[in-house]
Amino acid sequence: MCSLPVPREPLRRVAVTGGTHGNEMSGVYLAQHWLQAPAELQRLSFSAVPVLANPAATAACRRYVDHDLNRAFTSSFLNSRPTPDDPYEVTRARELNQLLGPKASGRAFDFVLDLHNTTANMGTCLIAKSSHEVFAMHLCRHLQLRYPELSCQVFLYQRSGEESYNLDSVAKNGLALELGPQPQGVLRADIFSRMRTLVATVLDFIELFNQGTAFPAFEMEAYRPVGVVDFPRTDAGNLAGTVHPQLQDRDFQPLQPGAPIFQMFSGEDLLYDGESTVYPVFINEAAYYEKGIAFVQTEKFTFTVPAMPVLNPVPSPAF
Amino acid sequence: MTSCHIAEEPIKKVAIFGGTHGNELTGVFLVKHWLENGAEIQRTGLEVKPFIANPRAVKKCARYIDCDLNRIFDLENLGEQNIRFLHNKKDVFDFFQTSLAPLPCYIYLIEHPSLKYATTRSIAKYPVGIEVGPQPQGVLRADILDQMRKMIKHALDFIHHFNEGKEFPPCAIEVYKIIEKVDYPRDENGEIAAVIHPNLQDQDWKPLHPGDPMFLTLDGKTMSLGGDCTVYPVFVNEAAYYEKKEAFAKTTKLTLNAKSIRCSVH
Repeated sequence: MCSLPVPREPLRRVAVTGGTHGNEMSGVYLAQHWLQAPAELQRLSFSAVPVLANPAATAACRRYVDHDLNRAFTSSFLNSRPTPDDPYEVTRARELNQLLGPKASGRAFDFVLDLHNTTANMGTCLIAKSSHEVFAMHLCRHLQLRYPELSCQVFLYQRSGEESYNLDSVAKNGLALELGPQPQGVLRADIFSRMRTLVATVLDFIELFNQGTAFPAFEMEAYRPVGVVDFPRTDAGNLAGTVHPQLQDRDFQPLQPGAPIFQMFSGEDLLYDGESTVYPVFINEAAYYEKGIAFVQTEKFTFTVPAMPVLNPVPSPAF
Repeated sequence: MTSCHIAEEPIKKVAIFGGTHGNELTGVFLVKHWLENGAEIQRTGLEVKPFIANPRAVKKCARYIDCDLNRIFDLENLGEQNIRFLHNKKDVFDFFQTSLAPLPCYIYLIEHPSLKYATTRSIAKYPVGIEVGPQPQGVLRADILDQMRKMIKHALDFIHHFNEGKEFPPCAIEVYKIIEKVDYPRDENGEIAAVIHPNLQDQDWKPLHPGDPMFLTLDGKTMSLGGDCTVYPVFVNEAAYYEKKEAFAKTTKLTLNAKSIRCSVH
């Protein structure tokens, strides 16, 4: 699947999606609010469209009904022939692909921002596909500089040879905001307010770009996945222990070989037996127990992001 | 339970329920562990049995399947005959005593004519619930597991000491008694229109004075506590209570006096 190059025209078609997981409440409540009152999503050169991505899961306050929606955007799901037995989320993914995509086509939306919460202590995490997504990298940098107190960390999810499966991959450019820790089904004022402010700044950035602001090259540090570690389990597949107190809540901090990672119910510690330092994220995320993930191992790396093209300012108003 | 009295008999049988709510993982995994290896919950002269109260909800990692198990142990649901049967059959409780525990423990009293609810544990002679948080539903934290485990150890030690004839002198304990449940402000469609205010979030058990912020609307307005009484909020922003229309419970702090107790067998 090709990754479209850095934009050379203003971004006009922008969407903000909440409730991709129906129990991640910041995005749910923001999307529902904007569907009634979209004014704060408007800018001079574009208006972002709010979307409640998974209405059935939102109504039930669950992550999903049949299948994780944020894993349903592969060409296999999107392009196979619909049948009456299709899981709810596969049908919904196809609808969203029609609305915001089609994925990898010239007709896809210019930008999709997808809103998520995690039970892990990941603070403010910006999730993009790869270091080659120039627009998304400049956007992340802009957020980091604008809010230094948030220590925004950048997580780049693409693993070589693997197709993207998440909602924001249907657009030409995409970013997910992952804010935590917040329990599923709970709406915290501090996290809600931070999410709202970040969305506003993302839209401000797009407006700045559309208006011809220059964004020069820079060096960026980010984290990319190198593996996952499951919980220790019994022969029957049940948990035999849980995340060690010394690892709990330490997302993005270095984990050295020999450090404790799990505490067994019977009392002993299990130690990390990898060969190099990794940076765990999504430590003890509720939704990942069923996926067999206690934490995701990442490596930290630095790369150069080239300058973005400078556009001719858009005459306003443009909508 | 407002005062203690000399028990007529030692406590013979204790049940520990985990997984009354299937997504509250601490109890689930402690009980599962003890079902494999129950050594740490055994005490001489006492039969202690762990139970998974709601196995189907545990399997699904949901609070409940059809309705909340911890609200239906009343006459209407159980039938009078069944209640009498259970009371005669066994003493079921999980009990703890503040002075033995090194961790700060708060006592929440749900005795109230209309707000009390029919818990699973209420089938026992001496029912006590242990609530440890914060922990997200569906997550098992080692620190919370450790706290729960210590509470249970102290509870069982207390029962054992009681059975062995130790006298527990009169004591005064501070409790928080429920007065009222407060819902979220809602719009005309019944949707939540305000969030627990950042000043109240995570401040369970701390005094909330008239004029203090309670809610923050989506438009940024603060809604404050009215009236003229200081209250002590608990269960502030509990995930499971959104559907029960409870943003927090107001409690009042009281001191209860307990008479001394001693097992009558010694």
